[in-house]
Amino acid sequence: MSETGTYRPLTYFQLMEVSLRELLVEKGIVTEDEIAAEVEAMRKRGYERGARVVARAWIDPEYKKRLLANGTRACEELGLEVPALRLLVVENTPEVHNAIVCTLCSCYPRMLLGLPPEWYKSRNYRSRMAREPRAVLAEFGLHIAENVTIRVHDSTADMRYMVLPMRPAGTEGWSEERLASRVTRDSMIGVAVPKGPND
Amino acid sequence: MAEPLFRPGERVRVLKAYPLGHVRTPFYIRGCTGVVERICGAFPNPEELAQMRDGLPPPPLYRVRFLQKDVWPDYANANDVLEVEIYQHWLEKT
Repeated sequence: MSETGTYRPLTYFQLMEVSLRELLVEKGIVTEDEIAAEVEAMRKRGYERGARVVARAWIDPEYKKRLLANGTRACEELGLEVPALRLLVVENTPEVHNAIVCTLCSCYPRMLLGLPPEWYKSRNYRSRMAREPRAVLAEFGLHIAENVTIRVHDSTADMRYMVLPMRPAGTEGWSEERLASRVTRDSMIGVAVPKGPND
Repeated sequence: MAEPLFRPGERVRVLKAYPLGHVRTPFYIRGCTGVVERICGAFPNPEELAQMRDGLPPPPLYRVRFLQKDVWPDYANANDVLEVEIYQHWLEKT
């Protein structure tokens, strides 16, 4: 116990992680430096890659077709390295609003969106997004009309999901970079929509 | 990959089974009926992988679309849907 925090012994899984990591280093499979560099890279990764993909799809209809047909290949086309990512991109339309959840754990397209926000991993979001998505979206400030179908994607197995939001009104003629600046992380999870200049 | 038993558009029911171990079929969807939205490919069986076996041959993985009102009887909107990835051995014809 100290004045700055409460001492807690390592949990079972924390202890297992430390043991495994030390074994890998001891056996020369990875080095401490490589582990530290990877952790740092994961922390730094934001959602810019995802935003780039969305902006490209907004300005290039042919790219959008390829993105919806094979998300992983379309990312590689932009030079994005997305190892181990089997990406399904789901498109919002005036009739359908998509949202992503992983009810079993917290599967998330980290290669495109970075680390998931804390709420995405919470039991509250994970259970209620499948059970009462309209109420959850309303808590995020997103009110979806009753005549718009909500399609919730539970990423339970090997695929990862990203929402392709609708391009906001009033952005005609904008450059790809300027469009990308409007794409938020939450709009690619489906709990928000990108704002245009008039919103 | 084993020949997929189901095609997109086909109605399927998720088995109502409760085996022990690592299973990636959510509890809430077991016993529910939906429609195959697409075949995602074939992947090593996670239930076998969790037992340190190779999970081969890889079972086909489906994306199945369920009407929310078929999953939760008190769900208000008639058109909202839920899509879940389910391995072939968890599905049966209706």
